[in-house]
Amino acid sequence: MENLVQEAIQNVNLQAIMPSLVLCVFGMVLLMVSVFSKRGSTTHVAWLSIVALVVTGFVSLSGWNNPQAGFAGSVLLDNFATFFSMICLVAAGLTILMSDDYLRREGFPVSEYYPLILFTTAGAMWMASGTDLMTIFLGLEVLSVSLYVLAGFFRTQTRSNEAGLKYFFLGAFSTGFLLYGVALLYAVTGTTKIDGIAAYVQANPASAMNTMFIAGGLLLLVGFLFKIAAAPFHMWTPDVYQGAPTPITAFMSAGPKAAAFAALMRVTIVGLEGLQSELTALFWVLAVLTMTVGNFIALSQKDLKRMLAYSSISHAGYAMVGLVAWNEIGLSAILFYMLVYTFMNMGAFAVLILIGKKGEDNLTLDGIAGLGYKKPILGVVLTIFLFSLMGLPPTAGFIGKFYIFSGAIKAGYIWLAVLGVLNSAVSLYYYLRVMVQMYFKDPEEDFSWVTINVPTAISIIISVVGVLYLGIVPGSVIQLAKLAGF
Amino acid sequence: MADYLLSIMTFFPLLGILVLLFLPRDNGGLLKGFTLAVSLITFAISLPLAFDNVFTTSGGMHYREFYQWINIGDFFQMNYNLGVDGISLWLVMLTTFIVPITVLSTWNAVDKNIKGFMAMLLLLETGMLGAFVSLDLFLFYIFWELMLIPMYFLIGIWGGQNRIYAAVKFFIYTAVGSLLMLVAIIFVYYFAVQSGAPMNGFGIQELYKLDLPYNAQFWLFLAFGFSFAIKVPMFPLHTWLPDAHTEAPTAGSVILAAVLLKMGTYGYVRFAMPLFPEALPTFIPFLAFLSVVGIIYGSLVAMMQDDIKKLVAYSSVAHLGFVMLGVFSLNLQGLAGGMIQMINHGISTGALFLIVGFLYERRHTRLITEFGGVATKMPIFATIFMIVTFSSIGLPGTNGFVGEFLALMGAFQSSLRWYAVFATTGVILAAVYMLWVYQRVMFGKVTNPKNENLKDLSVREIIIMLPLLLFIFWIGIFPNTFFSKMNPAMEQMLIQMGANPVAVVEPATSETHAPAHSATPATQADGHK
Repeated sequence: MENLVQEAIQNVNLQAIMPSLVLCVFGMVLLMVSVFSKRGSTTHVAWLSIVALVVTGFVSLSGWNNPQAGFAGSVLLDNFATFFSMICLVAAGLTILMSDDYLRREGFPVSEYYPLILFTTAGAMWMASGTDLMTIFLGLEVLSVSLYVLAGFFRTQTRSNEAGLKYFFLGAFSTGFLLYGVALLYAVTGTTKIDGIAAYVQANPASAMNTMFIAGGLLLLVGFLFKIAAAPFHMWTPDVYQGAPTPITAFMSAGPKAAAFAALMRVTIVGLEGLQSELTALFWVLAVLTMTVGNFIALSQKDLKRMLAYSSISHAGYAMVGLVAWNEIGLSAILFYMLVYTFMNMGAFAVLILIGKKGEDNLTLDGIAGLGYKKPILGVVLTIFLFSLMGLPPTAGFIGKFYIFSGAIKAGYIWLAVLGVLNSAVSLYYYLRVMVQMYFKDPEEDFSWVTINVPTAISIIISVVGVLYLGIVPGSVIQLAKLAGF
Repeated sequence: MADYLLSIMTFFPLLGILVLLFLPRDNGGLLKGFTLAVSLITFAISLPLAFDNVFTTSGGMHYREFYQWINIGDFFQMNYNLGVDGISLWLVMLTTFIVPITVLSTWNAVDKNIKGFMAMLLLLETGMLGAFVSLDLFLFYIFWELMLIPMYFLIGIWGGQNRIYAAVKFFIYTAVGSLLMLVAIIFVYYFAVQSGAPMNGFGIQELYKLDLPYNAQFWLFLAFGFSFAIKVPMFPLHTWLPDAHTEAPTAGSVILAAVLLKMGTYGYVRFAMPLFPEALPTFIPFLAFLSVVGIIYGSLVAMMQDDIKKLVAYSSVAHLGFVMLGVFSLNLQGLAGGMIQMINHGISTGALFLIVGFLYERRHTRLITEFGGVATKMPIFATIFMIVTFSSIGLPGTNGFVGEFLALMGAFQSSLRWYAVFATTGVILAAVYMLWVYQRVMFGKVTNPKNENLKDLSVREIIIMLPLLLFIFWIGIFPNTFFSKMNPAMEQMLIQMGANPVAVVEPATSETHAPAHSATPATQADGHK
């Protein structure tokens, strides 16, 4: 007994969870700070959260090229985890920057909002660094529970309630699937460690065809595919994205999605390597389905948040192309794409937040007619984000797509790449429609309610710089993504 | 400066935009004057290219600039790789030459959001020049897509009644083609990497040497060819063109006709054909057929139009058909004809769109039936219109003759003889629709009282037209100025396309016509280097 405790303590290695630990401590302290703050004053909590994220960022960076394994191999803070952690931190930072003014406008200046975002981020970081299915599950739960609350944060608004509840029910189901999958895999292999599963499959190749193993693997995938909103598990996305507070929508589409991708990648590439040919076939179908469903339904959307929700589904589809490629380029491209997507999508949402009225009923295609004339700078930056979402040079979206499709073509999936670019061609139409409204229609309103506040402006500037920098001189970041890939 | 000439030329307009953004928004004259100055300086920067005699002796790339841009070991490598040769030289010159003219043409025509308009024009210029001087497929693709954005806004914001439909159609047509090309570009790259061929990023000079299997060449040519065919535009992918032209503001139409359409034909000459020479013989009959259909169909439809601008737009489809037919002949005459016809079309059709613009500014209509007897009111205008009409028809002495004659002769000497026979009817049809529209608009009595008070061209408008007229005659009478600098590059290109530029020249042709003579390779040694 004594020995066991000794061994367990030696295995702990707090270094491996230091970033998320720092973030959680900050989160708890901020909860206390908000208890002792005056009602309705949230700004200081917001800025303290930013400080928390920056500190965590520096702590995370110490793990770069310095992999730390901990807790008997159930956590591994390697380059891969660090890269995804950075994406989540950036997403959380942008979210907080665009939130403060928004919360006040919508009448919910409640400072618990910020610690919740920090907890979500910590959960996302566990997912990215988990090498044990249980750790990943733990991360997923921390992330999800905080997100359920955040999605339904505007507790007096029906739509927000609907979003929270829907996300909660469906999320609970998907977590159930995931857990059941973990249980089945454990039943077959006797372990929940990802590399343990891989080793077992390698030692007993026949077991990979075992019904229980396959069922377990598939159930596990369902859990992750739900989180990344891949078709056919995307049904929750539009309603939740539309109903949730807009900064949270932006956040969900970037941070948690990236984390789910990280977990999905680690589980499939490391753990289920033995099933590569079956999995690529499956992902091929899912990628095409996801892109197509997302793009075609987005064509008919009039509500901008809903349109961006469907567009985010399609972008998950593009990212999955990298998973099909299953080579160094394709996999590191997912990392790069998630970062790019964070900047371009959150930037677009930040602009929408600025031009929304209270309640945001005006965030429709007709509601932004002539925006480009009344608010020229906002028009230009939204245009840049839209061009990036379309995948046009010289923006990051183009490099991201190029990178992903390069992986697919190098691996020989030319038809997948063709279907991918045809899908982007479809997407041109609905992104262009926004620009048509902004520039080709005469303004019906004067947008006098639009006031620029500093934090949101900062988040927009960071996003624009990110989109242009990664579009024009992407070399160094691609190099990092390469180092972070498997 | 010569070391960086291409970069300075390409990005000078972009620099201009940065300054433009800080000029006062409501001072239209200043904005237009500044843009004119920027485009004139860009033209001046590009002038040394036109006078450089290195192009007469060597068909290789000159004014090279090379920097590593993105280099990710075994992933991919892209370079900033610029250069100009006889093929791109005159297209670059045409671009820098036509932009100041279009700026000048906007003086009275554009009064809404002038700053945005001028910024878009300059951005477009950077995109066009960059596409012509890129020697790296990836870089080319970036500039190629960059052109799309300003043109989309030019049509969509400053266009006519139906502008939104036209702008979106233009954007989606072009983007679909180029996205497929992107897949092909990536495929070529990884194929080259896997075959272990020496590579220089996406550099085309190295890719030219690649020996791809026929099967791959077939699909790749299809992807590249499809993209360029949309841009040219070739029948039946041309439907975006009449809409875009009709709705675009005059300046947009001029640039669209003069330069953007050349991107498609240039793409064939520079990329699709020399990169995949083995697939060429398979596609040429088919593409030549589409070119001839385009010539005849474009001419017939042009004849039936009652909107002058639409007429000119459809005539573009026909003219570009000649270019393509010449290029597909795979001999020196044909290619020379096609290349010079690209310049001609830029000048003549650009001039025609300006002329339509003059009429439209005065009467705010483009319907042929609204006019009649204009010649009596606007004699200078009538003279200029006449010259441009002749040039468009291809009357000897004007540039159009040189281009169409050579293109048809090239086709006649190649396996495309019968295509040439049918294409020749297009020359006649061109005379029919152009002269007919000229007659209906200009001759007769003034029947519409609104035309009574038409003012003749102003000094500014005459200044706009004079340089164009100058080149109509210059190319028509002394085409050798242009051919002498194109020949070495064209010979090299033909060898690259798998054709023998020397063998197809029959002795008899050198006596038929002066331009033909000039096009026969005098310095054959160069091509064999």
